[in-house]
Amino acid sequence: MRISNILLMVIFPTTALAEWETNMPRGVTPTSEVAYDLHMLIFYITVVIGILVFSAMLYSIIYHRKSLGHEPAKFHESTKVEIIWTVIPFIILVGMAIPATKALIMMEDTRDSEITVKVTGYQWMWQYEYLEDDVSFFSKIDNESNVARRLGSNVDVKKVKNYLRNVDNAVVLPTNTKVRILLTANDVIHAWWVPELGGKKDAIPGFVNELWVDIKEPGTYRGQCAELCGKDHGFMPIVVHAVSKPEYYKWVGIQKTNKVAKNK
Amino acid sequence: MSTNIDKLHDDHHHTPSGIMRWITTTNHKDIGSMYLWFSLIMFFVGGLMALVIRAELFQPGLQLVVPGFFNQMTTMHALVMIFGAVMPAFVGLANWQLPIMIGAPDMALPRLNNWSFWILPFAFTMMLSTLFFGSGGPAAGWTLYPPLSLQGGDSFPFTILSIHMLGLSSILGAINVIATILNMRAPGMTLMKMPIFVWTWLITAFLLIASMPVLAGAVTMLLTDKFFGTMFFTASGGGDPAMFQHIFWFFGHPEVYILILPAFGIVSTIIPAFSRKRLFGYDSMVYATASIALLSFIVWAHHMFTVGMPLAGEIFFMFTTMLIAIPTGVKVFNWVATMWKGSMTFETPMLFALAFIVLFTIGGFSGLMLAMVPADFQYHDTYFVVAHFHYVLVPGAVFAIMAAVYYWLPKWTGKMYNEGLGKLHFWLTTIFVNLTFFPMHFVGLAGMPRRIPDYAVQFADFNAIASVGAFGFGLSQLLFVYILFNTLKKDVTAEDKVWEGAEGLEWTLPSPPPYHSFEEAPKVD
Repeated sequence: MRISNILLMVIFPTTALAEWETNMPRGVTPTSEVAYDLHMLIFYITVVIGILVFSAMLYSIIYHRKSLGHEPAKFHESTKVEIIWTVIPFIILVGMAIPATKALIMMEDTRDSEITVKVTGYQWMWQYEYLEDDVSFFSKIDNESNVARRLGSNVDVKKVKNYLRNVDNAVVLPTNTKVRILLTANDVIHAWWVPELGGKKDAIPGFVNELWVDIKEPGTYRGQCAELCGKDHGFMPIVVHAVSKPEYYKWVGIQKTNKVAKNK
Repeated sequence: MSTNIDKLHDDHHHTPSGIMRWITTTNHKDIGSMYLWFSLIMFFVGGLMALVIRAELFQPGLQLVVPGFFNQMTTMHALVMIFGAVMPAFVGLANWQLPIMIGAPDMALPRLNNWSFWILPFAFTMMLSTLFFGSGGPAAGWTLYPPLSLQGGDSFPFTILSIHMLGLSSILGAINVIATILNMRAPGMTLMKMPIFVWTWLITAFLLIASMPVLAGAVTMLLTDKFFGTMFFTASGGGDPAMFQHIFWFFGHPEVYILILPAFGIVSTIIPAFSRKRLFGYDSMVYATASIALLSFIVWAHHMFTVGMPLAGEIFFMFTTMLIAIPTGVKVFNWVATMWKGSMTFETPMLFALAFIVLFTIGGFSGLMLAMVPADFQYHDTYFVVAHFHYVLVPGAVFAIMAAVYYWLPKWTGKMYNEGLGKLHFWLTTIFVNLTFFPMHFVGLAGMPRRIPDYAVQFADFNAIASVGAFGFGLSQLLFVYILFNTLKKDVTAEDKVWEGAEGLEWTLPSPPPYHSFEEAPKVD
């Protein structure tokens, strides 16, 4: 069963079963969707090119062999075909560059965002600051994963819920809202990445990078740091709860009350 | 002709015996052999580190090593494989092959040649010794990105000094290659009549001279940042951590082609030999290699698309990176056209060369995908990237080196390897290399970052497969060592022209060739 699955996946990577995830998630934001669509477009183009080139090779290997008595031909150059197989790939590349450039321009346009969240990377946790609402907290790996991941912990990590992908304080973001995320770091370079919300960007100490998300579906989305940041690089997960706008503002209200209570 | 050469040679060179022969040798074949043996040893050292990585990643959870040591393994594995295994192997092949391919008695600068080899063992002894330091070896990745690399312990200055030495060795080797090729060709061998392997090495040597000093500059700046209070890469002092990445990859991308252009040369030599047909489009192969080399200097930032560049910069580097597909495509098409209507046989070197074309092309496809910036924001720093560069480096560069060894070993030693065992080695290697690296595409796309010692459980199955593949691959290479020793034990039986379809001056020499190769330059028409 499993071997047949592997074969199936090698031949048809997109038809894989859920527990054998083989492809990029399409995600829930405009940026993750264009990334996915572009990924699939290029994937299919390369599959077609691959089939053509490898078939020609295979045909040659099967039929043009000495053991079949095939005599070698004498040709060894042709300016015409060299021009053809320079120009055709160029045209294909232009066809790929146009949608890629369009998508990129869209992804880098952080204007007109409604709320701004500043994310700061630390060794090894994240700080989230909601700049408009003056809400701020740290988020690090949840205790259960943190205990289980120790060398010699003797915990079956397969039984830990969301092993290495769970945090103590999740980020809460509203759906259907353009959220600008400012990224920086306090010590070394980190990278903030939740695959279903689109691409990653580096959090660099002393500099501010930005990206934006506009989450279309409520839910919980998980990711982790994607730039080597020291010994616990593998243990700084990111969890985003996407909720409707009213729920989001309710959450912001609670955070503010808690903060006031704490300060008293 | 070959008997004449025998009489001329081997009577007037006085070499010390024993270990001093190897320490003092200025002979291109001795030095070539030392480079190749050194490379093989480093291939196993780096391979063992890879197996530590794969053993830890076999199952989720930490079972064997602590994360800090895991990071030392990923860092060292890369440094050892790049600077210790692949680059010295190509320099070894250059040493053996360039003089006998261009009709020269030796390399142009034999003493320099000795020096450039003997730097290597010292550099690697120093680099590897850091693993035994109390604070461990370098653990910030072979790319040494600051500020993380500046957190390194005692290993930091040792790593940097050894990188300086490796760079020095490479630059000296490159100077020798250029001097040899430009000055010592046989009369009549114009540039456009040179064997294609010689061409690819000439271009590679220029890449080395242009890029290695840049790396030296980058790591020196790290050193002064750490010990002398400069702030090149520290934002609080007016520096910029991203600037290091720009400088590093300005070296790093030409470096990538240093690791693959000689492989192109090898494959372009072997495919025609076993197709019994001339290389299709020799001129366009030369121009394509040169174009790839020139493009390598204007694509560096595609290694760092997520660093936060201006939109115009991202678009520029995306377009230039995509352009590389054109000369690379030309090469693949020319190889296929060389096979087309040939008269092929499938000895071990040919099998490795054919697998190179297929698997390198797969690595090229994922490279093209990675060039698409919007998709790269997802791929970047995941196992998809790990799969990509291992496909171009292992079934790419390493397969080409294996092909070259099988192809020229009978020439070098006069002894024929066991063809059946060679083919077995090929099939085991090819099956396991795919079992190791193909699943990495899947976990990378599904969201597994690279350089992590432990992972979320949804990535477990493919990681287990990759680990099984890695151990299979490693064990298969023991067979390669057996084949080498088994061959060396045999009697000299190989003909001058070992392969029916082989072309080139090296096949006019006896097997093994005389100590001073061509004492009288052959005439090339």
